[in-house]
Amino acid sequence: MNPHESAAGTNYLNAELGLRSWLLTKDHKRIAILYLLSVSFFFLVGGLFAMMIRLELLTPAGDLMEHDTYNHVFSAHGIIMVFFFLIPAIPAILGNFLIPIMIGAKDLAFPKLNLLSWYLYMFAGTMALTALLMGGVDTGWTFYPPYSSNFSHSNVVLVGIAVFINGFSGILTGLNFLVTIHRMRAPGMTWFRLPLFVWSQYATSLIFVLGTPVIAITLLLLVGERLFHIGVFDPSLGGDPVLFQHLFWFYSHPAVYIMILPSMAVISELIACFSRKRIFGYNMVAFSSIAIAVLGFLVWGHHMFVSSQSVYAGTVFSLLTMLVAIPSAIKVFNWSFTLYQGSVSLETPMLYALGFIGLFTIGGLTGVFLGTLGFDVHVTDTYFVVAHFHYVMVGGTLMGYLGGLHFWWPKMTGRKYPEFWGKLSALLVFVGFNLTFFPQFILGYLGMPRRYHVYPPEWQVLNVMSSAGASVLAVGFILPACYFLWSLKYGEIAGRNPWRAKGLEWEVPSPPPTFNFEVPPVVTEEAYNYAGGLEPRPTGLASAKTH
Amino acid sequence: MASPEPTSGHHIVPVKIYVVIFLALACLTVLTTAVAFVDLGPFNNVVMLAISLLKTSLVVLFFMHVKYSTRLVPLIAVGAVVWLLIMFGITMSDYMTRGWLGAGSSWPRP
Amino acid sequence: MESALTTAEPTHLAHQFDSLEQQQQTATLGMWFFLAQEILFFGGLFMTYLLYRWRDPQAFQAGSYTLDIRFGMTNTLVLIASSFTMAMAVRSAQTDRIKALVRYLVATGFFGVTFLCIKYVEYSDKWHHHHVPGPLFHFAGPMGQRAEVFFSMYFAMTGMHALHMIIGLGLLIWLLSGALRGRYSARYYNPIECFGLYWHFVDIIWIFLFPLFYLIGRHYHGVA
Repeated sequence: MNPHESAAGTNYLNAELGLRSWLLTKDHKRIAILYLLSVSFFFLVGGLFAMMIRLELLTPAGDLMEHDTYNHVFSAHGIIMVFFFLIPAIPAILGNFLIPIMIGAKDLAFPKLNLLSWYLYMFAGTMALTALLMGGVDTGWTFYPPYSSNFSHSNVVLVGIAVFINGFSGILTGLNFLVTIHRMRAPGMTWFRLPLFVWSQYATSLIFVLGTPVIAITLLLLVGERLFHIGVFDPSLGGDPVLFQHLFWFYSHPAVYIMILPSMAVISELIACFSRKRIFGYNMVAFSSIAIAVLGFLVWGHHMFVSSQSVYAGTVFSLLTMLVAIPSAIKVFNWSFTLYQGSVSLETPMLYALGFIGLFTIGGLTGVFLGTLGFDVHVTDTYFVVAHFHYVMVGGTLMGYLGGLHFWWPKMTGRKYPEFWGKLSALLVFVGFNLTFFPQFILGYLGMPRRYHVYPPEWQVLNVMSSAGASVLAVGFILPACYFLWSLKYGEIAGRNPWRAKGLEWEVPSPPPTFNFEVPPVVTEEAYNYAGGLEPRPTGLASAKTH
Repeated sequence: MASPEPTSGHHIVPVKIYVVIFLALACLTVLTTAVAFVDLGPFNNVVMLAISLLKTSLVVLFFMHVKYSTRLVPLIAVGAVVWLLIMFGITMSDYMTRGWLGAGSSWPRP
Repeated sequence: MESALTTAEPTHLAHQFDSLEQQQQTATLGMWFFLAQEILFFGGLFMTYLLYRWRDPQAFQAGSYTLDIRFGMTNTLVLIASSFTMAMAVRSAQTDRIKALVRYLVATGFFGVTFLCIKYVEYSDKWHHHHVPGPLFHFAGPMGQRAEVFFSMYFAMTGMHALHMIIGLGLLIWLLSGALRGRYSARYYNPIECFGLYWHFVDIIWIFLFPLFYLIGRHYHGVA
């Protein structure tokens, strides 16, 4: 049989046809594609709100929209991007598609639960969009009471319930991944032969299961406060609004590790493949994923330094925040040491991976600055914070997502994307991103508050730079949308392993058959069993057909 | 065959054990109610918590078969509780140390 | 291990598993992870309770005294009995005694319904005494408005618990219909076992709720 094709040319895409077969599928790969479509849609919506923000901030005066409208716009941007893009993207798309194949299984442990996760996501997303069309909320994505419970005349309850439901989508996905990784590994696939992608997704799944229920109950309490005045957050009823912040950030801080760990998962795979080398310090990278997940639960108070939280608690949180930087730093060091004396090639996915390392380092270090209590008091609620989290979320998570999409696109679709356009887009994203967000560090340090639609005229130059960068960034996002779609019909047929990469996913045809493996694999090799500089370079996607 | 650690095997618990556990739980319920009427000062809370934990352990170990499972299952149960204690502990450490600087708490007790 | 396909009875083996044993172990592991998230879910409520009781113990004491300890203790014993019958139900499935399985499931359901009926009586009583938080709340005695947060937590936590019981009873009916149609046997009883874990968990929550709400500072008031 031709190893580049499954029997009779059937794969998971054409095995069954018709909308019903997609909407009732139990195949983890099809569910991943369903997520790809819906997550991309929400990214577009969130991006449109971002464009509105950057348009308003071109001028110091509030001339594009009222302050109240602006509050609704940045709230929508945050809620859509955090809950409906950043948290689900890599786990639900790449995690769903790859984890069973990477461990040598036919599917996830609970395929029907997987489909339920997608339907919960869609239901929640529809509810959120409905709420937005009804005017959205003006509370920010953080929903702090007593404003959200007592004073806001916006759709807090509807959005709160939407986020609540979306939470359960994530919990079920995390649960599914944890059980799958524990129970469904192929013979010979021991824990320390797993790709680091799986380790990071495992750590992410721990956070999904342990953290998300807390925001679920917190939003329910907030709805109870708003509708029934139960008095837990409302100071006029004897409640404490800071309790909401404790409960909210107990989840929402680990949530940012839900966003970054899967991206780090991708980066490990990309660095290994495009250096033709085993990741340096495999064990340490694996343990650091778990460490990030665990330590990430101990630091939430660094979002509350100026909230009237006790100074002593603040000090402890500040110290613990320093600790959580260490495993992230270990990863960055280990990826860098992997590059050293590796056979490095600069295909599109690698460009994203290298960009990630640089930008995540900046984002992570500025996180350490913010974790320093004294410094944070100066820059809290300024654009410094905004710049920091966009560096880690866009420069980190999004770069990893795009790198992963490009890397596994041939596997998922059987087609190659055009390499020239891939590289160009990566460059545009990198340049556009830095132009957008680096000025914001300066603005924040100079004192420009976040969530304001007006600012003193002397800051206009930096704001214009930022908005200009956003336009470049937008082009960098639109291009892949176009050429990925183009490639589905006109892209070169990809073989089983166009990157000559190691890993079980590259042993199956592109696209894979519905049950992944013709014969259940037996694993005898370590992960990333490259021969260092002796490995042949990937044939890459820069074939004779480059433009 | 895939990963070898079983969660709960097909271990069949004898009826007698279930009956004994049930009776123990009933007695502990009566005990915790009775102790509530005795003034032990701050130890009332400690005793109440201890009895509840004991009852929970009996349910978990025997009714939920954790005694007959491998390490992964109790790890999950204990892990979740530990996570909860992290939430309780660090959050209460905020409230209990407010006002230590002598400036008074921002959220005074009634 | 013999292939499931060689047996005569319909196989419940899902395609992603190699054996019924792997499927069963996977199902229970999944249920345990689900219970872990339930612990954190209720945990947010316990955190809120902890904070407000620490802050105003006297108000909590006063509120607790208005709860009827006889109902609370009865309900606790009822749930413990239901856990016993549920454990026996699982055991019946394990030993292939389906008639006994059905009887024990019915008994579990009976205890569950009893619990909810008693809760209904208690909630009605609270309503009549104006102890339900909201515009009609009125608490006689020196605590006055301070007691309202106790009742907010009482309704929130016992309410959430009751909701879990109602969901459980719904699932129980579904299990019962399956058992009556011969769906379960010693070879396949995963749903029974997983539901058992859920039911015991709900019992454990009540094991904590009972003393936390009904038994605060009872010694100050003597026997109720």
